[in-house]
Amino acid sequence: MANKIKIATASLCGCFGCHMSLLDIDERLIDLVKLVEFDRSPFTDIKTIGDCDIGIIEGGVANAENVEVLREFRKQCKTLVAIGACAIDGGIPALRNGFTLKECLQESYVDGIGIDNPMIPSDPELPLLLNKVQPIQEVVKVDYFVPGCPPSADTIWTFLTELIEGKPISFTYGQIRYD
Amino acid sequence: MKICQFTNDIIASFNQQPDMLLQILIKIQRQYSFIPQQAITQLSKELLITEANIISVIGFYAFLHTKARGHYDLRVSHNITDQMLGSVKLTAMLTDKLSVQLATPRKDARVSVDLTSCTGMGDQGPAILVNGKPVVGLNKKRIEIICQLIESGTPVKQWPAEFFQIKNNIQRKDILLSDRSDNGAAIRALLKQGAQKLLQQIEHSNLRGRGGGGFKTGLKWRLCQQATAKQRYVVCNADEGEPGTFKDRVLLTTQADKLIEGMTLCAGVINSDLKRPCKGFIYLRGEYQYLYESLEQVLQKRRDAGLLGKNILGKQGFDFDIKIHLGAGAYICGEESALIESLEGKRGIPRNRPPFPVTKGYKAQPTVVNNVETFINAALIAIHGSDWFKKVGTEQSSGSKLLSISGDCARPGIYEYPFGTSIKQVLVDCGALNTQAVQVSGAAGFTIPVQYFGRCIAFEDIPTGGSFIVFNQQRDLLDMVKNFSDFFADESCGFCTPCRVGSSLLKQLIDKVHQGLASNRDLDEIKKISQLMCKTSHCGLGGSAPSSIMDTLAHFPQLYQQRLKNMNNEPVFDLDAELQQARQLNGVDNV
Amino acid sequence: MSTFQIFYLNGKPIPFKQGETIMDAALRAGEYIDHLCHHPEFRPHGSCRICMVELDGKSVSSCTQPAIANTQVDSSSDEMIEQRRSLLQMLFVEGNHICPGCEKSGDCQLQALAYQNKMLSPHFKHFFPKRALDASHPDVIIDFDRCILCELCVRASRDVDKKNIFCVDGRGINAKLIINSPGGKLGNSHFSADDKAAQICPVGAILPKHQGYDIPIGKRRYDQQPISEVDMDNQEKDQQK
Ligand SMILES: Cc1cc2nc3c(=O)[nH]c(=O)nc-3n(C[C@H](O)[C@H](O)[C@H](O)COP(=O)(O)O)c2cc1C
Ligand code: SF4
Ligand code: SF4
Ligand code: SF4
Repeated sequence: MANKIKIATASLCGCFGCHMSLLDIDERLIDLVKLVEFDRSPFTDIKTIGDCDIGIIEGGVANAENVEVLREFRKQCKTLVAIGACAIDGGIPALRNGFTLKECLQESYVDGIGIDNPMIPSDPELPLLLNKVQPIQEVVKVDYFVPGCPPSADTIWTFLTELIEGKPISFTYGQIRYD
Repeated sequence: MKICQFTNDIIASFNQQPDMLLQILIKIQRQYSFIPQQAITQLSKELLITEANIISVIGFYAFLHTKARGHYDLRVSHNITDQMLGSVKLTAMLTDKLSVQLATPRKDARVSVDLTSCTGMGDQGPAILVNGKPVVGLNKKRIEIICQLIESGTPVKQWPAEFFQIKNNIQRKDILLSDRSDNGAAIRALLKQGAQKLLQQIEHSNLRGRGGGGFKTGLKWRLCQQATAKQRYVVCNADEGEPGTFKDRVLLTTQADKLIEGMTLCAGVINSDLKRPCKGFIYLRGEYQYLYESLEQVLQKRRDAGLLGKNILGKQGFDFDIKIHLGAGAYICGEESALIESLEGKRGIPRNRPPFPVTKGYKAQPTVVNNVETFINAALIAIHGSDWFKKVGTEQSSGSKLLSISGDCARPGIYEYPFGTSIKQVLVDCGALNTQAVQVSGAAGFTIPVQYFGRCIAFEDIPTGGSFIVFNQQRDLLDMVKNFSDFFADESCGFCTPCRVGSSLLKQLIDKVHQGLASNRDLDEIKKISQLMCKTSHCGLGGSAPSSIMDTLAHFPQLYQQRLKNMNNEPVFDLDAELQQARQLNGVDNV
Repeated sequence: MSTFQIFYLNGKPIPFKQGETIMDAALRAGEYIDHLCHHPEFRPHGSCRICMVELDGKSVSSCTQPAIANTQVDSSSDEMIEQRRSLLQMLFVEGNHICPGCEKSGDCQLQALAYQNKMLSPHFKHFFPKRALDASHPDVIIDFDRCILCELCVRASRDVDKKNIFCVDGRGINAKLIINSPGGKLGNSHFSADDKAAQICPVGAILPKHQGYDIPIGKRRYDQQPISEVDMDNQEKDQQK
């Protein structure tokens, strides 16, 4: 089918829970795939992103690579969606924001319990961490927010179908959840 | 003296009254440069206030501390007027020379330097408080001498006297400042006419509050008179916290008698049946602590002359006396209900209204709170009559208004004008050239652009508490906006959501604009937060905090547009700044 | 009944007695007005500003404003919802509200109001403050990250428990809840899990220890039904009792 809506997805500093929830829309996925095709996404394993209609971002922004990917998404996608608590407000990873990066790394790699070979990793291949984990809207303009940790499959389904049909998003009471 | 002994003596001197907590803390702070834990424990026991409560009061007032300050505790006035006179560079010079960081006492405990909100010396800044005493006219030379005096350990008492010479700078007089009536004239008028007649005079004069709100003074006094009471209170609001205002300082220096006369008059009016006791307070801002002694002397002189105390001017049962209470660095305590909380020794959180102070004020009793200038005007009306008063000013704004003029003009100082005087006229008189804008009524006031200079100082046009700051064409008005947004974030009492959170969000956003790191989206945010604060704040502080922002956005949009990094709605994210810690860590690791 | 007068809340007539606040009259009439720092058992506080309504076009807080006869009060226009949402968002960014990791989730009034007002993100820039958790008490923990400074615990401890354990220190964005005890830890205070103050926190700041997730996520008080309905239902049940 021509003119399928192109969707790209990415997980930044998230747990893939939101992606799993997307898969949880089960047999409705078949309906969805009739309407859309996936560009760069963990589902497709495509590593670069082309022009897309919708970009869906899971996870907050925790390192330099996240920033790069996110900016790339913003550039390529007409509509950018923050999905899940981490993308929207930093989520669980933002628990580190009360501490300096040094304190975090020191605790994780040196002082923490059960560490064998205490050493803060500094391989140049590793992306540099940001001072704080940021919600994605601090880095790029975000068009839609779908809250939840993760959002339920129902919530995602409501969102995607209404977005694709060009309707205003009308979540029911139980579909807006932060946990 | 041992802390324990000292604290006990102070507590005893205040008759162990819990509502004297703030006054007691101020004395302890002055003695030790902080409130030692030992004193807190003792106060808690003696005053039956929890320790946490005492700590929370200390935490509310900028001039009180739970950790020791330096032996010389310096607070640089950080108003925009000080800044325009070079205070930022001078502060840097000061901290540099003394090798001290802002807000942290030096290791040897010799000195600490802090910034503080406007100290009311706008016409002779930059100013600084040294152990509470104002030093004005700071320049490089003075900073150098101050540093030497500190390093040599010279007691502040022995510092050059001219450092502490505060000028009155009265530049223009009208009915108030040129009045030469005898002491006691207003009280004699009261005794002659009787309270009801006198109240009618005040009402007929159409006197309105000079502190900024502009409430009808006669009506306020009448409401208080009519309220059921065990006791009534007269409170003079001498908190003068609005940045750029200093006219109350000059009135307290030159017209203290008339102020007290006005307060006594008020007592005679609101307590006309003389059946219940009536007491007065002057709430003097901490920055003006240096005026405490002279005010006490005037009070004593008046007691000796039978103008204050028992049976005033021989009238049986006309008893009224006044106590001075000090503030300790909190702008919000100028708001009348917060002021009353502070008088009761508590954190200065504005109360819910109704009830208003006129029915339930100090100790839940009917209380009149008026500005210094208002009381003086009331005294003049009693002496000269309401018709005399109404001849000056406009139909809706009778009388005169004192302006505190500072900023870019040749002759800063105090100007008394009849209401209805145009901004243009004021600018000519004070010698302001190439004026870009005037900030009238302080940080909470209005930014007036050139096209409005024909408008007038009046309740019906541009109302003001008295601050008048002139900005010439060379000034960057965004410096002012930034200064004010910092001010409000510092001074928000933290009680209500929109102001507690909003004032800090605004501060961050204005900083971003100022640094050239904002996008159009940030401007939208600024507008949204400003509106929300105006609409939903609990008190006037939050309601007026965004005012200079909204005014400059309306009249000087280019100030903001010029500085935007992104003209679109994309946020500006400073990746380099966000990677700074990681780079530092890696750098260290690589060594 | 002649002592009753009437005002209109979103067009509905609400009877009130002289001196009664808009909030009290509305709740008594079974009409919910969103609120956080208000609690019917305590004197009105007026700090959260969630209950702001328009009284004949003027913005007032309904928990402190006495009702006025024959006035129109609006709490449900789009503008009012938007305003509430912004205030809620401010409360979210001020602290650290990580709902997925919070035992109160589903039972939290801040969250429930955010659901009801369709808040999809906290919108404003987060402050990410650093506030230490206090787990020193044997039965109760205080997570200051989630405290919204409603002062209900302050009032309950002072007015009901007569212990005066809590108060608010600092000012502006640095305002914070502190505890009256040597060292400022809850464990050193006279606080008890039976205190009124232990039951009253509208969010997950004061939580009982030794129990967790007894009711699973998804089945909690505000998971299925908006707070306005839940609270009004409960009130009705209480009245029937
Ligand atoms: C944040 C805030 C600060 C205020 N500061 C002062 C002040 O420093 N001096 C003053 O006289 N009034 C101040 N006011 C106004 C007082 O609340 C009150 O209206 C005034 O003292 C009444 O006196 P008046 O009617 O004589 O003006 C302030 C109001 C607010 C909201
Ligand atoms: S508006 Fe600001 S100063 Fe006034 S009560 Fe609210 S937080 Fe306090
Ligand atoms: S207190 Fe409420 S809003 Fe805050 S994290 Fe817990 S559930 Fe979420
Ligand atoms: S701990 Fe809970 S009850 Fe106490 S002030 Fe904070 S949010 Fe309110």
